Amino acid sequence: MASNAITVKLLIWRQSGPTAAGQLVPFTLENVLPEMSFLEMLDLLNEKLVREGTDPVAIDSDCREGICGTCGLVINGIAHGPNSGAATCEVRMRSFRDGETIVIEPFRAASFPVIKDLVVDRAAFDRIMAAGGYVSINTGSAPEANAIPVQRASAETAMDAASCIGCAACVAACPNASASLFTSAKISQYALLPQGRTEAGRRVVRMVEAMDAEGFGNCSNHGECEAVCPKEISIFNIGRMRREYLKAVL
Amino acid sequence: MNDVTSQAADATASSVLNSRVPEGPIEDLWDNYQASMKLVAPANRRKHTVIVVGTGLAGGSAAATLGEMGYNVLNFCISDSPRRAHSIAAQGGINAAKNYRNDGDSIYRLFYDTVKGGDFRSREANVYRLAQLSNNIIDQCVSQGVPFAREYGGTLANRSFGGVQVERTFYARGQTGQQLLLGAYSALMRQVDAGTVTMHAHHEMLDLVVVDGQARGIVARDLNTGEIRTFAADAVVLCTGGYSPVFFLSTNAVNCNATASWRCYKRGAHFANPCYTQIHPTCIPQAGDYQSKLTLMSESLRNDGRVWVPRNADETRPPAQIPEEDRLYYLEETYPGFGNLVPRDIASRAAKQVCDRGLGVGTSGFAVYLDFEEAIQRLGRDTVAGRYGNLFDMYHEITAEDPYSSPMRIYPAPHYTMGGLWVDYDLMSTVPGLFVAGEANFSDHGANRLGASALMQGLADGYFVVPATVSNYIADTKPAAVTTAAPEFAAAESGIRDDVKKLLSIKGKRTVRELWWELGRIMWDNVGMARNASGLEAAISEIQGLREEFWKDVNVPGTPDEWNKMLETAARVADFMELGEVMARDALERRESCGGHFRDESQSAEGEAQRNDADFQHVSAWEYKGPDSAPTMHKEPLHFDHVKPGTRSYK
Ligand SMILES: Cc1cc2nc3c(=O)[nH]c(=O)nc-3n(C[C@H](O)[C@H](O)[C@H](O)COP(=O)(O)OP(=O)(O)OC[C@H]3O[C@@H](n4cnc5c(N)ncnc54)[C@H](O)[C@@H]3O)c2cc1C
Repeated sequence: MASNAITVKLLIWRQSGPTAAGQLVPFTLENVLPEMSFLEMLDLLNEKLVREGTDPVAIDSDCREGICGTCGLVINGIAHGPNSGAATCEVRMRSFRDGETIVIEPFRAASFPVIKDLVVDRAAFDRIMAAGGYVSINTGSAPEANAIPVQRASAETAMDAASCIGCAACVAACPNASASLFTSAKISQYALLPQGRTEAGRRVVRMVEAMDAEGFGNCSNHGECEAVCPKEISIFNIGRMRREYLKAVL
Repeated sequence: MNDVTSQAADATASSVLNSRVPEGPIEDLWDNYQASMKLVAPANRRKHTVIVVGTGLAGGSAAATLGEMGYNVLNFCISDSPRRAHSIAAQGGINAAKNYRNDGDSIYRLFYDTVKGGDFRSREANVYRLAQLSNNIIDQCVSQGVPFAREYGGTLANRSFGGVQVERTFYARGQTGQQLLLGAYSALMRQVDAGTVTMHAHHEMLDLVVVDGQARGIVARDLNTGEIRTFAADAVVLCTGGYSPVFFLSTNAVNCNATASWRCYKRGAHFANPCYTQIHPTCIPQAGDYQSKLTLMSESLRNDGRVWVPRNADETRPPAQIPEEDRLYYLEETYPGFGNLVPRDIASRAAKQVCDRGLGVGTSGFAVYLDFEEAIQRLGRDTVAGRYGNLFDMYHEITAEDPYSSPMRIYPAPHYTMGGLWVDYDLMSTVPGLFVAGEANFSDHGANRLGASALMQGLADGYFVVPATVSNYIADTKPAAVTTAAPEFAAAESGIRDDVKKLLSIKGKRTVRELWWELGRIMWDNVGMARNASGLEAAISEIQGLREEFWKDVNVPGTPDEWNKMLETAARVADFMELGEVMARDALERRESCGGHFRDESQSAEGEAQRNDADFQHVSAWEYKGPDSAPTMHKEPLHFDHVKPGTRSYK
């Protein structure tokens, strides 16, 4: 065993299915190396549980480098844990002390039913996108790429908004479970680009309606979403979404 | 028009595969072919169902485009949202022959670079079409609102990637794959809204259903509930990505797998060039056995970073204190023409060679430096941060070291698989009606893929090729009405139920991860960056032993009717254990070095890969012969009428 290994006490949300009751269950895990990622620590736990004949903890993850948005855990009360600008998979165990208790819960919201343990169903986000998160252009009908000049500054700001990974940390962190940061990031990307202007009004109205229909709460400017966002998407986008909405309906 | 069914009969009867490349001058092939295609009338398209498996660049773009055309599309992916396909992780960029930099680029040059980069093991006609379509892709993506990097004048910016001497790579910071995929995803969501595409996320395809010799549907498991269902269609388009995780550790997302391709292989689709794998030169070195994946540092870093190792094996000084004369910039010295931007296979092998000579750095000795000191002096820290900031942050996050003040340590890692299901010019496999696009097919990259060309290929296949050829197939073959009530569906479904039951019933002592890790070690040691006959033979028997152990002693917990990640993974690992063996067989059979496939027995005096065109200028396509027999190999001879095969020189 490596000399710098630590032991952590885990309190993990376990829930066998969407309608079952859940609870926090304690585990102790030894031999955790500081350079391990948080998910590698959970892999280690699950290997141990399988060997002991205990049902492993359900988690989902994929790229493990902070870009796919699959993983998402509330760690010690903070969506994606202690590091700012990082997703759960980017958190390393060097952020925790030997003997520390770590509470691990799913991204909760009424619109995200729990599938099992730490895995939630975020299909509501896809439905918001289907309501208008696109430019209506068919394959094969595009003009020459440089025929649409875009100011570098607009392209950069659009890119900042487009960096959203759709992980839903913003919803999990919001006291109102609002999806405003997520929705506004997409609306902003297109609002800032000439390609997106043509259908800007229809887009914002439909996406905001879809967001409400999915049961997400309203934004009341807490700013928790921006604080936990692994891509540091700015809350200014929510302001831009409101302006776009007013422009469209007034 | 060729007769599809007789073509399939040919493929199995003789050992020469017919790629069905149309006749004519290469510049006009695709246009002329499209003009000759049969069409389905707009009002009739919704009566035809097309299954698209996968929502990466290939699947997302194919499903969206087929939907726009009016087909009834069923789209599947294993992640909880189509937006999370592994393509999202691509960093560096996408190539196109726009020649916006006025540096002598052209469709022909992109074609030439790709054929040469692939070490003359790809099909010229396909590569030419790819180069032509590259420009349409950029137009399409810009129109979708993909926020590519731009110059101050508002036009698109470019940078360069390995193996070429022009700047033709388009990019969106270090998140090009994300932005292109979100573009395809947006087009897909628009079709979901329009009702042409039905999305089945969190569904894993576990079998292909073949009726009367044609691909007519799939069996899929709902990963949330465990429910197993069948779906029928007139054609199936497989866009399920590559199989690098056969090495366990790779740069791929942890759910990337070969299962869909492998199950199709077992239903009659030949698997081409399985041994062609790309080991990417710039990854964060392995640190311990607990690791679940390796992290890629984008190739774009080699634009400004300099690769070196200490000249002396007994060097102990920290890198910053090692003076210039004691540093070996081995790529710049050996390949002055391309320097740090040689193609990936060459850069990876060179890193391995200097480490094998004892010059490697870091605690394991299996790493080389990638140094930005000179770039920071030349360009300033801010410019370097502007170009690579997110990559530097990522490196810092993982290693707790600051690449602005000391060089990165990097080492090659499995990254991309050029091999895949064999397809003809239509991207149709040897099972009529089964089309394969993106990394899942054996593709246009020959024995080595150049950087920034996988994104290009996935989107060319998905936006432009497959929608046209699938339409043509449907118009031409007029598929008979088939529903999931056909007995072939029930048979396939019950086979999958049995597999699930079997995996859960073994209740042995070895975890799935342990066994997968062991497979990865066998593959990396023997079927990795350098291969030889004795190692490959050993690998084949070791894999067979491991497979036996798997089926005797694996421990898959849980039940079939719930979210069960271990069960999902177990089935994928079982397939990797079969695929790994066929990769080793293919590598053994190919007694030459080409691109990423390096046989120790076939090298020049300077240690460069030595091809054997007389005996191996062909695609090797393997046909499944049942669980107890070795697969047989078919060949597709390759012809080079435009780019004369030469010794690939980057000096
Ligand atoms: C870290 C990294 C960086 C890269 N950077 C670049 C780059 O800069 N430029 C470049 O050109 N290339 C790059 N590549 C390569 C490129 O990203 C991939 O080759 C490409 O994105 C593959 O796209 P795809 O559509 O074929 O497959 P994928 O994106 O892998 O998509 C596969 C899809 O199939 C689904 N699927 C798989 N199996 C099943 C099943 N059984 N049932 C149902 N669905 C299934 C998955 O859910 C997913 O939706 C990079 C690769 C990596 C790993």
